[in-house]
Order: sequence, then structure tokens, then C-alpha cells
Amino acid sequence: MKIPRGKVVAIMGGSGCGKTTLLRCIGGQLKPTGGRVRLDKHRVSEMSHDDLYRIRRQMGMLFQFGALFTDMSVFDNVAFPIREHTDMSEEMIRDLVLMKLAAVGLRGAHGLMPGELSGGMARRVALARAVALDPMLVMYDEPFTGLDPIALGVIGQLIRKLNDALGATSIMVTHDVQESLLIVDYIYFISGGRIVAEGTPDDLRASRDPFVHQFVHAEVDGPVRFDYPAPSARDEFLPGVAHG
Amino acid sequence: MVDPAALLRKLGHSVVDRIWRLGFAARFLFAILRFSGASFRRLPLTIREVYFSGVLSLLIISVSGLFVGLVLGLQGYETLQRYGSTEALGILVALSLVRELGPVVAGLLFASRAGSSITAEIGLMKATEQLKAMDMMAVNPIARVIAPRFWGGVISMPLLAALFSAMGVLGGWLIGVVFIGVDDGAFWSQMQAGVDFRYDIVNGVIKSFVFGIAVSLIAVFEGYDSVPTAEGVSRAITRTVVTSALAILALDFVLTSFMFRGTS
Repeated sequence: MKIPRGKVVAIMGGSGCGKTTLLRCIGGQLKPTGGRVRLDKHRVSEMSHDDLYRIRRQMGMLFQFGALFTDMSVFDNVAFPIREHTDMSEEMIRDLVLMKLAAVGLRGAHGLMPGELSGGMARRVALARAVALDPMLVMYDEPFTGLDPIALGVIGQLIRKLNDALGATSIMVTHDVQESLLIVDYIYFISGGRIVAEGTPDDLRASRDPFVHQFVHAEVDGPVRFDYPAPSARDEFLPGVAHG
Repeated sequence: MVDPAALLRKLGHSVVDRIWRLGFAARFLFAILRFSGASFRRLPLTIREVYFSGVLSLLIISVSGLFVGLVLGLQGYETLQRYGSTEALGILVALSLVRELGPVVAGLLFASRAGSSITAEIGLMKATEQLKAMDMMAVNPIARVIAPRFWGGVISMPLLAALFSAMGVLGGWLIGVVFIGVDDGAFWSQMQAGVDFRYDIVNGVIKSFVFGIAVSLIAVFEGYDSVPTAEGVSRAITRTVVTSALAILALDFVLTSFMFRGTS
């Protein structure tokens, strides 16, 4: 799997197929049992703790439900990485944080606590925090889960806009096909731990591959089975009856 | 019909599991000590935790201390009266509190008031991926979240125990001197003469310090190690309170047997 610089790439697949695990490997939070993760010219999977922390300063990650620090205000959340990693004065931090919040349309919400935000707003604040230090790589873990259609469109557009404005690279793990096809440059489909299809959104819309077809058109049955593996219905419901 | 082999296996598993957790807790303590630099370099982080675990426990500690002192005064007077030595009430109350009740009861209260809330906070931070998010921002959660809470507890606990003892002495004085009428001068002078600074007070402070380390470690460890679900966090909180109580009582026995060998 290759993720080119400057692009927005989506990694798609059903729930539980290892998408989030893949992001964790790229971020170095998990070590792969096989294979290797390379970022720029560094080998993430073989780095020491300190080197890993150094390279993570150039990464931003948006967690599934935002993972905002609940004991801090919106402002302090976005200021957190800046305060931890730079010696900027409070005035500069203030300007920077308000700029980041303005980029996600929430400059007016800087005084609120995370508990007072809606799901979509929390996700936007988390996005502002993820890009607070202008990272070269931004990772999104299920950015669309649990959002209403309006918030969903807003987040989608923001991901695209921020990527282009920062000149960053974005990796997005998702199972929301329709929204992703609109904003990404390239898509990988994974299933059962391997890449089963890849291509640009147009390629995939036109694809005749049965897996991609099932996924893109949200069909109930196909290569991905509807039924969870079970003993045969005959054995389960008629245990005493001999096979005839 | 229970299979004895399976039972034995289960027992073995649970013992190994516990030993493994104990080892993990010890490694966790070393990690906390290793990453404690920030808790002292950035003092506001630790002071905030002293506020949460110490200052917010002031009320429960003072009120409980007062009541324990009142009861000690009543019970002590009742017994001393039989031997006609009620003026020894002061020293009885002071020694019971400074040596034992202060550190132990304050420790138990501290575990249920502050320890449980530390575990809950860290457990929920874990469940909502806040710790992972911090780690991804290249901020070590042990240095930024765990260590300040640990030191906050370690600093608060001896102070709370001292306050508990002081309030208890006040309670004993209220009952003995003000209500029952034990001689005021005898009450204080016997206390002054009978309580040794090094032998009684310092040993009591050492106890409360050790309990502070134990309770704080258990609280942060249980939170950090909790299963990140509603049920997991609630179990972790229960374990914090139960394990802390057992640890305090067991450590108290060990410490007491080393410290107090009968006055020579």
C-alpha cells in the first residue's frame, strides 16, 4: 500500500477488518507482527520511543469520537499540542488557536467545554486540534461515524480543504462510501487483512469486482456474507433427526 | 460434578494472573518515577491535583476526625475512670490518633474519596481515547496525566492525616474537658509529656506517607489498567477502594511491628 504525498487517501472495508489497526501501525501505537511501515524515509515500526515521539509531532490524528480532553475548554484543547511542544507566548498561542478554530468555523465556540458541543462540533474541534501544529500527515479514524448529513458534508469538505491548504497528506479510514467518493483522490479496499481493490473514485464506481460492487452499492449479500458462520440449520433446529 | 483438575487450573491461572498484575504495577511505578520530571518542573500540574485530591477532601477528613476524637474521648474517659486516671485522657487520645487512627482512617477515607475519583477519571479518559490521543500528539500520558495525580495524592495524604489527628485531638478535648470536666491543664500537660516527637509523630507521618504512596499508586494503576467500558471502569473503581483498604491495613500491621516495640 502506498500513500502519495499531498493526496487524500481512503482506506475502506467492513467493520472489524483491521482499518483502525492499520492507522495505529502507521502512528506507531502498535507494532505490526509482519511487514513494515515507512513514513517519508523513516521506518516507523522500528523506531525508538523518543524518535517516535519526534515524528509524531508531524502527525495529526482525528479520533472516532474526537477524544477531546473533557477537563479543558475548546480553546485549551486546541492549544494543548502547541503549549506542549513549543515555547510560544500566550498571545501567539491565542491568535494561532483562534485561526485554527476559524478554519473549522468554530471561533465563536472557543469558550465552551467539550460536553456542551454537538457530535459534529466536537469532531471539528478535534480536527482543529489535530492540525494545530501544521502536520505533514493527518489521519482520520472514522471521521463520519454518527454525524447527521449536514455535519457529515461539513467534515468531508473540511478534510479536503485543510489537506490542500496545509499541503499535507491525509489518510482516512472509513466505511462511509458515498461521502468519501466525493472528496478523496484514491481508495484502498481491505478485507480479511489484504487489499482487495484499489483505484480512484471513478474507477471504483465503474468497478465490476463483486466485493467493490457490494460495498459501493450497499448490498446485503455478496462476497461479504450476511450470515455469521453457524452450524447447519438442520443440526441446530432438528438435533435428534437423523440425516436422510 | 466439578472436575478437580479444572478447578486447580483455574486457581493456578488466577494466582499467575495476580502475580503478573503485581509485576505490572511495579513496572508502572518505575515508569511513573521515570517520567516524574514534568510533575515538578511544571508545578501547576501537580498543584492542581493536590487541590483535587487534597483540598476537596478537607471537609470529610475534618468532620470524620472530629467525630473519631469525640468517640475516643467518650470511650477513653469511660475506661480510664475505672482506674481513676481520667487526666490521662489527653495522652490516650493523642497517641491513638497520631500513631494509628490518623494515618489509617484518613487513608481509608482518602482512598474512597480521592482514590476512587482518580481511578474513575483516568479510566474514563482511557475509555474515550483521550490517553491515546495524547500519546499520538507525542505527549506521554504517564508524564502528563498519571504522574501529577500520583504525586498530588502522595503530597496530600500526610497532610490530611495530620489534619485528621489534629481534629481528633480537638474532639477528645471537647468531650473530655469541655463536656465532662477533666482538668484542662492535666489533659494538655500529660499529652505534651507523653507524646514523643520522633517515636510517635514521625512514625505516624511515615505511615501516612507510605499509605499515600500505596493508595495513589493503586488508584492511578487501576484507572490506567481498566477495561475501557462502563462496566470495566466501575469494576476498576471498586478494586481501587477494596485493594487500597486491604493494602492500608496490611501495611499498617507491617509498619507498626517495625516501629513500636514497647517503650524502653
